[in-house]
Amino acid sequence: MVVRLQARSSDGSRARPWTFYALASLLTAFLIFLYGPMLVIYLLSFQGPNGGVTFPMVGTSLVWFEDILKRGQMANIPVSFGRSITLAMLVSLLTVAISVAAGLGFRRRFPGSGGLFYLAVASLVMPSLLVGFGIALGFQVLGWQAGLFTSALAAQLTWTLPFGLFAMFAVINRFDRSYEEAASDLGASAWQRLAYVLVPILLPGIIGIFIGALTLSYDEYARTTLTAGSRNTLPLEIYALISSSTSPTLFAIGTLTTAVSFITIGVSLGVVRHIQRRRLRA
Amino acid sequence: MRLPPYAVSWLQVSPLALILTVFFAAPTVLFVVVSFFDYDRIGLYPAFILDNYRELLTTPATLRVYVSSLKFAVIVWAITLFLGFNIAYFLIFHVRSAVVRTVLFLLCAIPFWTSGIIRTIAWIPFLGRNGAFNQLLMELHITAQPLEFLLFSDFAVIITYVHLFTLLMVGPIANSLTKIDPLLLEAARDAGASRWRTMTEIVIPLSKTGIALGSILVFTQVMGDYFVVKQMSGGQSASIVSALSTEIQAMQYPPAAASAVVLVVFVAVMVAAMMRLVDVRKELAR
Repeated sequence: MVVRLQARSSDGSRARPWTFYALASLLTAFLIFLYGPMLVIYLLSFQGPNGGVTFPMVGTSLVWFEDILKRGQMANIPVSFGRSITLAMLVSLLTVAISVAAGLGFRRRFPGSGGLFYLAVASLVMPSLLVGFGIALGFQVLGWQAGLFTSALAAQLTWTLPFGLFAMFAVINRFDRSYEEAASDLGASAWQRLAYVLVPILLPGIIGIFIGALTLSYDEYARTTLTAGSRNTLPLEIYALISSSTSPTLFAIGTLTTAVSFITIGVSLGVVRHIQRRRLRA
Repeated sequence: MRLPPYAVSWLQVSPLALILTVFFAAPTVLFVVVSFFDYDRIGLYPAFILDNYRELLTTPATLRVYVSSLKFAVIVWAITLFLGFNIAYFLIFHVRSAVVRTVLFLLCAIPFWTSGIIRTIAWIPFLGRNGAFNQLLMELHITAQPLEFLLFSDFAVIITYVHLFTLLMVGPIANSLTKIDPLLLEAARDAGASRWRTMTEIVIPLSKTGIALGSILVFTQVMGDYFVVKQMSGGQSASIVSALSTEIQAMQYPPAAASAVVLVVFVAVMVAAMMRLVDVRKELAR
């Protein structure tokens, strides 16, 4: 018995060092820290009709969720949600098209590549409100009306495009160029290489960029607040609610938006897995 | 007709270049210009005056808000770096099953998909005087009275930042750790290197791109923060950007622009210093 135990640990491959347990505890503590407050708001969003924004729970109910859907009562959450989703879809479609093209362009050095790279870095690290401020100022100087699908769309793109470009770098790093060369040797045209080789192979990464851009845009506050014009997106509406009221409705919105995010992640993971399975079978 | 390769690249990057030039570079130039303008209650007057800067740089409040933001940035950077590096290291080198690794990574990432505003206010019922944490402490008889410093304090601000931004550290560091060949670590161990030496002489140098990228992201997020300080400090401190937005709301565009220029220069110098440590471009676009 003793001998066998020693043999097990001396071969070393399955034995866990003490650092494993230390780091595993750290990760567990971090996850509790990450989810603790979120669980509190999920719970409190089911607060009874006479309850407040803190514990104890006074019964349970769905009144705070009904509150959201009552038009006019609660600012206009459903309407602004619709706007946010529409804007986010548009932003992420543009982000995918533009950043995938740019990622392919960056595979070779070209005159100006360094400058454009640093422009993208600058756009990513620029304090968000200042981007919105600059664009809003520009619209004002030109006498244009700021709007959701003009200035706010542009402001969000300055944030999602650099993200998409850098994500594309990571995606392309893993791409084996010899596939493309093989297609080329077999007589494929540039478009055929793009449509039948590059895009299908890069598809999971491209979906990732789409989802990333979608969530970045959907949550965006600081770039949008000065550029959205008169119609609010969901984060702007939530922000307005925070300063005006304190009721569990805010938590109900949080629970709902989390549920929406979970569904989005679930669906996109499902799609990626489906693609991978189909590929394994092929 | 065949285009030369660089012309193909130009075509491919042109939409990106166009949008970043028109909607990022040009507005930035615009607020730099406006920062020298004169203004009154009615409008802006093109001019070249330094009054906006003089006023900004001679107010004690400016220095105070920069010192306080920098203090938050350094503390949050240190905490997120410690957490981010250790978590990334655990996920990449200790977790053996790819499925478990993906699940754990997703667990870290999922809260990131919830609105930052919601995640900020989520701390209020948790940390408040009658909040979940205080009640837990009293239930366990660790404290007799609720702790007052938990909410609406610097402590609450730091906690919220760490909650919001740790993933920005985990992602880039994990990405550079995956590029390290595990055989390298085994070789170091076989050659007699201690765990500590393997860490300081192999793992950390090889992951410095990720560390630099994560640091840049966390640092710029904290310096550009708009509502965490406003919401969680209980009015005790302001952030650079929330002070600036007060000026924008009052339509005082030239002083707001001057304040924006100072912030951009400050952030740019810090980011440039961090980028000097590593060639981010070479690592990213490799």
